[in-house]
Amino acid sequence: MNALEMKGVSVAYQKEMVLKDVTVDIPKGKLVGIIGPNGAGKSTMIKSILNIVPRVAGSIDILGESYEVNRNKIGYVPQKEEVDWDFPTDVLDVVMMGRYRHQKKWRKASSEDRDIAMDCLKKVSMDTFAKRQINQLSGGQQQRVFLARALAQDSPIYLMDEPFTGVDAATEKAIIKLLSSMKAEGKTVIVVHHDLQTVQEYFDSVILLNQTVQFSGPTSEVFTLDNIQQTYGGALQVFQNEDNQPSVIQS
Amino acid sequence: MLEILQDANFQWVLFGTIILGITSGMIGCFAVLKRQSLISDAVAHAALPGVCLAFIIVGNKMLLVLLLGALVSGYIATYCIQYIVDHSKIKEDTSIGIVLSVFFGFGIVLLTYISNHLGGNQSGLDEFIFGQAAALSRQDVQLIAIVSIVLITITLLFYKEFKLITFDANFAKAIGIPYQKINSLLMVLIVTAIVIGIQTVGVVLMTAMVIIPPAAARFWTERLSVMLMLAGTFGGVASMFGTYISTLALRIPTGPVIVLCEAVIFLLSFFLAPKRGIVSKKWTFHKVKKTHHQERNNRKHKVIGS
Amino acid sequence: MSYEFWIILTGVLVGVTCGTIGCLLIIRKMAMLSDGISHTVLLGIVLAYLISDSLSSVYMLIGALIVGMLTSVFVQYFSNRGIHTDASIGIVFTSLFALGVFLVSVFANQVHLDIDHVLMGEITFVPWNTFTLLGMDLGPQAVWMLGFVLIVNTLTIIYYYQPIKISSFDPTLATALGINVIFIHYLLMGMLSLSIVASFESVGSILVVTMLIVPGATAYLITRRLSSMMLMSALIGGISAILGYYIAYLFDVSIAGSMSSALGLIFIIVFATKLLTQKYTRYAYKKFALNKNQPN
Repeated sequence: MNALEMKGVSVAYQKEMVLKDVTVDIPKGKLVGIIGPNGAGKSTMIKSILNIVPRVAGSIDILGESYEVNRNKIGYVPQKEEVDWDFPTDVLDVVMMGRYRHQKKWRKASSEDRDIAMDCLKKVSMDTFAKRQINQLSGGQQQRVFLARALAQDSPIYLMDEPFTGVDAATEKAIIKLLSSMKAEGKTVIVVHHDLQTVQEYFDSVILLNQTVQFSGPTSEVFTLDNIQQTYGGALQVFQNEDNQPSVIQS
Repeated sequence: MLEILQDANFQWVLFGTIILGITSGMIGCFAVLKRQSLISDAVAHAALPGVCLAFIIVGNKMLLVLLLGALVSGYIATYCIQYIVDHSKIKEDTSIGIVLSVFFGFGIVLLTYISNHLGGNQSGLDEFIFGQAAALSRQDVQLIAIVSIVLITITLLFYKEFKLITFDANFAKAIGIPYQKINSLLMVLIVTAIVIGIQTVGVVLMTAMVIIPPAAARFWTERLSVMLMLAGTFGGVASMFGTYISTLALRIPTGPVIVLCEAVIFLLSFFLAPKRGIVSKKWTFHKVKKTHHQERNNRKHKVIGS
Repeated sequence: MSYEFWIILTGVLVGVTCGTIGCLLIIRKMAMLSDGISHTVLLGIVLAYLISDSLSSVYMLIGALIVGMLTSVFVQYFSNRGIHTDASIGIVFTSLFALGVFLVSVFANQVHLDIDHVLMGEITFVPWNTFTLLGMDLGPQAVWMLGFVLIVNTLTIIYYYQPIKISSFDPTLATALGINVIFIHYLLMGMLSLSIVASFESVGSILVVTMLIVPGATAYLITRRLSSMMLMSALIGGISAILGYYIAYLFDVSIAGSMSSALGLIFIIVFATKLLTQKYTRYAYKKFALNKNQPN
């Protein structure tokens, strides 16, 4: 059984088709990158999996079942610009939101949930910031808090929308280490990514997206010069380095 | 029914409301496009303490003096809204709400102070809350007309600058437009347009005169110049019908009827405008979906055929 | 119980009820919707009156609740279809308010409603309009109604605290967690409409807007968590009511207006203090950094 199966998914905003006939299978336990130029529909693809945007056509199966059945199997990390960081709350509280499904109404959060949340914060090295007001965090710290929240959700599948944007190099290394350890636990992690330089290093599989799936499969097979050129419509300058691997400069 | 059209008093009132409709509609375009529609609501409410203070200081009810008071407090209100947003984490909508309600509340305090302590003759000031179009005098209308002509002239003179700062403030700054000055000028125009109408249609409904015609005009065009003209036309037409309908039955106040006419124009635009209207949008979405499914079916047939 | 006591109690109840629910509007960036709804309840009251032909509070409550909810539905409808939210609020509430005023004047000989009264309220009449049960005088109707709404709101907020908080902070996550975001939105709109309806009869629509927005905004400046923000906001709402009453008494002016002004005053003090402390910290830090850099 695959983690995710999309069949003929199409999404339109008004007249524009944003996604056209996206058909792809994502196997379990892989670290998958969604790559493509601006406006290729990368975020829309994530949102269509979360059933947030209405589909014109197509179906999506999550672990072999519909979204309604398995919606709680998905952990989601939004772009950090999507929320209001002036919201009156602290770091630990944001992570606790990930434990929502495990909490009972009327009751205060259990100490067990609190311990799990603290554990997740430790994994992203943010445990010392637990009581910090969220508007006093740097961009990288905000991203780590979101990751900790996703960890607290404890889902088999994760969707992440550009987790590496606007973070420092140290955070980027920490995040990728975390993603690898999640993979080692058998989780499927799907990441929207735009830095072509790091694709080979980070991901097992890639989906090259431009409105529709241009190419998909293991990174070593699919992430080739020709395929990238075709996906980006020739809007890139690409250099071949010694190992015959593409090295890309975006233009 | 027709003889009322020849009544001199009615003609003045009609003339006054039409001019107000045109001016507020045109200038309102900038407020709506800058996504500051509700600032006009705050300005209208904030005019009340200004009117009362002007009355307390000067001691008479000359319209020009009261309007100057309203102008000053309306402008201070827009400044306060911006100041709160710039110097705290409070967002704009909350800031508007704070300024609107506190200014108006303070205005009510002043109004009751005047009636309880300064001889009790607040009747003329009450008009500023609910509006009293029928009480417009010839002098009032002349004042409104002169101010309106000045406002529209300034709008036309600075049309390019206003367009730039409304569309892209940073770009305007980058190409050397004195953003602060132009923005303040635009704010003064918006405040003035609101203030001259308050006595006629009242605090709450003046907001409608500034927001609804531009929002309706937006559905018909992608060009600012056309939008300005359309919004002015919508405002003027609504005022004309509204004023006429309200005189058919004596007790009905003019302001609400004008606003209801504007609401009708808005709804017609919202549903029926070509391209941006709801009906046309639904139709295109339907077409996209249909062609998409057709394409897919065609492709399937091809695969089977080969 | 004295006349003065009932007026102050009514004011405090309005402050606490509106202060709590107002926080949720502020963090969801819907503060101005409260301005809209507090005007459109006029239409609800007129319609309730025309249909039921009585001035009973119950009919008014239902009418105003329905129109309040409709206002938020309309605003949502237009803003989902390409009209920016603030323009959408402005269009909907002014049109419905105009319709309300229009109906009041058309049916003037049937509707004995004073629009002045709706905007400014008549808190001074509150103690005379009492609620009697089995011949016993149980105190003013307004106090009973406000108390009822306050209890309903408080229980609802406690029960739905987590879903409300999560869907306000991150609606996408809330959807992914299986929270019905739309239900939460209309639940809040329902509580908002109830609070406005219960409050405005005694204090008028403008003080309702002040009580909904200003206490929450003040608390937003000085608290770090949503729960403490709501408690602080309720406290500020209550204090301002007491303060406002005595200002009105002292200068012989409108009570509702004075309560609004008192809130404005509290906001200015907190805002200025916050600004000054920030400036001072920055100044102290600069001085500290300078001293450190100076060679001995």
